[in-house]
Amino acid sequence: MRTGFSRDEVAAIARLAHLELETTELDLFTRQLSDVLTYAAEVQQIDTTAIPPTASVVTRHAADRTDEVRPSLDRNEALAGAPDAALETGLFKVPRVIG
Amino acid sequence: MIEAATAHELRDAFRARRLSAAEICRDALARIERLDPALHAFNTVAADRALARAESLDRDFERWRDAPLAGVPLALKDNLCTRGLRTTASSRILEQYVPPYDATAVARLDAAGAVVVGKTNCDEFAMGSSNENSAFGPVCNPWAADRTPGGSSGGSAAAVAAGIVPLALGSDTGGSVRQPAGLCGVIGLKPTYGRVSRYGLIAFGSSLDQIGPLTRTVADAAIALGAIAGEDPADATSAPEPVPDYPAALDDAGGGLRGCRIGVPWSLFEQGVDPDVRRAIEAALQVLQARGATLVDVALPHAQHAIPVYYLVATAEASSNLARYDGVRYGYRAPGAGLRDMYGKTRALGFGAEVKRRIMLGTYVLSAGYYDAYYLKAQQVRTLILRDYEQAFSGPGAVEAIAMPTSPTAAFRLGERVSDPLQMYLADVFTVSANLAGLPAISVPCGFTAARLPVGLQLTGRRFDEATLLRVADAYERDTEWWKQRPQIARA
Repeated sequence: MRTGFSRDEVAAIARLAHLELETTELDLFTRQLSDVLTYAAEVQQIDTTAIPPTASVVTRHAADRTDEVRPSLDRNEALAGAPDAALETGLFKVPRVIG
Repeated sequence: MIEAATAHELRDAFRARRLSAAEICRDALARIERLDPALHAFNTVAADRALARAESLDRDFERWRDAPLAGVPLALKDNLCTRGLRTTASSRILEQYVPPYDATAVARLDAAGAVVVGKTNCDEFAMGSSNENSAFGPVCNPWAADRTPGGSSGGSAAAVAAGIVPLALGSDTGGSVRQPAGLCGVIGLKPTYGRVSRYGLIAFGSSLDQIGPLTRTVADAAIALGAIAGEDPADATSAPEPVPDYPAALDDAGGGLRGCRIGVPWSLFEQGVDPDVRRAIEAALQVLQARGATLVDVALPHAQHAIPVYYLVATAEASSNLARYDGVRYGYRAPGAGLRDMYGKTRALGFGAEVKRRIMLGTYVLSAGYYDAYYLKAQQVRTLILRDYEQAFSGPGAVEAIAMPTSPTAAFRLGERVSDPLQMYLADVFTVSANLAGLPAISVPCGFTAARLPVGLQLTGRRFDEATLLRVADAYERDTEWWKQRPQIARA
């Protein structure tokens, strides 16, 4: 498998990640991320036939719990850190999406 | 007397009414004022809040007398949420963030009687090994002002090493408690994954993150771990395993290591370990042997691949976790023409370079077409790393702990590695495996280089067997005096 990134690829990844990059950052990151990816590609040399992936080392899951109403964060407290909140209606406001 | 005191000693002084909590607190705050302009270990100093809290302990003396950390000044890494106290993760994007709740570990230390004096500087979102990725500037190593304290919990390590506080909390995703502890000459413990609730810890790599204490003595680490460990309904990955009485276990063991088998992965040491570091580790192993431990050569054949695996897994998890910083519910928002434009500008201005690099690498390895080749592959190698440890810890030749350096070199110079992220990553070679395998590990001061920089010995243990790590570390501490040595800045 090929390794490293082109400048266009890094620009595309940045768009996916919602990061607006400056030209100088784009050049720098293209070089740095290529270095890291080329190095990380060494994992592909390791034989992992029939080896299951480990996503988490948690062995037990306590997924079930009794469905009880418990106190939670106060709505105004939850809104208090928002850059633009409508406290009276309990909403987070965002810039216009349509039109 | 207060200056060089341990948490244990301060608690006893409070208990015996030799010192009030307010006196202890004022003393710690005075040290911050005197030393922090040079160290830059704190993002926020909570002087009024701390004093009010200390005075309430004094007023309510009977209630707090027997609390395990009564009156002990505590510093918290700035990625641990504190109700009503600014929590920035050393990022512009959270520069003004004031959490409406406490992290569980913080609430538990509060219940144990500790007094939070401030929030410590760290690498942005805990991403880094030098503290140079903080949006608020780096921390200086108390042993040498031109060197990094390590990272990402650099401020916590520096605050303890400089004697400002006897106890700090950090978080460890790939070595971020142990590595700065090693480079600053203090104890740093990363508990087993699931031992300590992650609720209220600002998430970086959720399958790797653990909160752990930094202290000057093993006994203090035992008290702190006992206070923060245990299941928490608010974190589904926290474990129901019973929490032993760690301080009592240390007293019972009395420093003996007879019958204790300690594994040493000698072949891993070939990976560029500084000769001074190697000498200190070899001498430390002899001390353990003299205490009765048997040293056994162990093979961890896949540990050499831990760095690439770690940087694929951790960045993937980070890219997902950091998607929440979008300028909507909390944190910084940049003005933008429409929603997408606002997202892009907010994140561009809010995040620093290292965070952006990791988000992008993680986004890439999770993307269609590359997931199998990088992320899935890394998870499979993660299984192999885990199995290596399981094998060393089980069967007829089983060992109880595995010893190696915490870092391949002592503290490096500020600026030395900032322009080359890959070089910075490679220095995490000895620490990341414990996170990938979910195992507990501790860094213990074990000497100095010729340039008088601290060296850390790392011990990794079996799942949920922090008690053995503490026992071995305590035995070592009894025979050595490295931990008593203090940097010039703390003696001034």
